[in-house]
Amino acid sequence: MSLFWTDPNAIRPYEDPPPGCVAGSKLELALRAGKFAVTVEMNPPDSADPADVFEAAKPLAAVADAINLTDASGANCHMSSIGMCALLTRMGHGSVYQISCRDRNRIAIQGDVLGAAAMGVKNVLCLTGDDVGAGDQPGAKPVFDLDAISLLRTIRTMRDDGVFLSGRKIVKPPRLFLGAAENPCIEPLEWRPERLAKKVEAGADFIQTNYVYDVPRFEKFMARVRDLGLDKKVFILPGVGPLASAKAARWMRSKVPGIHIPDSVIDRMEKAEKPGDEGKRICIELIQQIKEIAGVSGIHIMAYRREHLVGEIVREAGIDR
Amino acid sequence: MYRARLFAINHSRGFEWVYRRLEAVLVALDPLFSTIGYNRLERSVAFVERGIKGFLFDCQMCGQCVLSSTGMSCPMNCPKQLRNGPCGGVRPGGFCEVKPEMRCVWVLAWDGASRMREGERIREVLPPVDRRLAGSSAWLRASREKAAALRVAREPERTTLAQSFAKAREIEPASAPLAEEPAKSVAGKDRR
Repeated sequence: MSLFWTDPNAIRPYEDPPPGCVAGSKLELALRAGKFAVTVEMNPPDSADPADVFEAAKPLAAVADAINLTDASGANCHMSSIGMCALLTRMGHGSVYQISCRDRNRIAIQGDVLGAAAMGVKNVLCLTGDDVGAGDQPGAKPVFDLDAISLLRTIRTMRDDGVFLSGRKIVKPPRLFLGAAENPCIEPLEWRPERLAKKVEAGADFIQTNYVYDVPRFEKFMARVRDLGLDKKVFILPGVGPLASAKAARWMRSKVPGIHIPDSVIDRMEKAEKPGDEGKRICIELIQQIKEIAGVSGIHIMAYRREHLVGEIVREAGIDR
Repeated sequence: MYRARLFAINHSRGFEWVYRRLEAVLVALDPLFSTIGYNRLERSVAFVERGIKGFLFDCQMCGQCVLSSTGMSCPMNCPKQLRNGPCGGVRPGGFCEVKPEMRCVWVLAWDGASRMREGERIREVLPPVDRRLAGSSAWLRASREKAAALRVAREPERTTLAQSFAKAREIEPASAPLAEEPAKSVAGKDRR
């Protein structure tokens, strides 16, 4: 039995995007058509077996417009994002190639962008990356040659002007839908929308945010985003995820950089008889509340080690699939 | 020095004024500098610059100073050396993800910029750092670049970068330099 839907060795010409699109990915088409889009983050395997990637992707592919493949998130080493993207593309699934500036310099990144595009990747998420100290190999050398924003501008230059940052011409420029991250519930709260504006200015087409557990904070953020007119220029997909237990929530809050969970949420998890179910319920409620906020174009679900719940969450939250 | 750095950011408006005057003087001196030769001046000016900016801003001598666009808070003190704003890992109270005892360089930058006359500059997208210029004088570079704003570089790499970050080039020419570099300003050795 072949693992691939199509012949992986078939050589196809590099397609031009449909009119009005920069890349023509499933995600871009859904967003431009005004559909409430769903993206889901996948937990990368510590394995060289492609079957492990397909296994992990299977429950997510059914509900997602694109699957995010993390690039050593939290500075922990796993299978590379570009490798997983290439595998999922062969399956016909939409993927979001996450690029962090922590591990590679501008030479490696620009080369990988072309490589990914050639493998059929159409969405890219530009990230700064967590510090190496947060991960399993804190002795590594942090690179940070580019930052998320100069990375966005670099890939936009490659796509729209057809040149590397060196000015050398690219014969066939990559067709990519450019994403950036935002963290609306983390300090400096006042300046987060301004930073978002900078990302849009640098070239972002869509935004995926870190976990939103504090809806009032997020509403405030979105109000400012609307004042700046950013919701008209960029598609915003807030991040959510089901918590496993009060203990896990507390651990995430204190150990994982950039996660804000209000005490009220942790209290709810603590009092619940079945914390797992409560975590799922909270996640569904969050989606339903966030969906109603003006300027929100979709949802980004990060269900770390709880991927089996994603299908139920999407269905029970009432999102059309 | 951390405390001097905090002082400079708290008085960003005053330092902005000083910097604007300094820049005007440097640009006015361009003909003199050209006569003497930028190459001859490089070492001594870089030495003085390192001393003053090192004390006031914890300057790391990236050679591409953008202080006026970052609220007088030097972005090279960010452990990730981000040039365009805070990362997503800022701790409650505005402390650094990597060095929890330090205030986030970019929280301070936005705070400093809010007091500055041209604080709006913080919104511009800045290019990545050219690591070859580490250790060289950003003051002389700014003078050269401002005085010869329209000079086009011989190297296509720099031209593309300057075009990709056009607005940054306009407000902070040293961040995307085009003029020919004197031999002594390109170190390349003291890269991290």
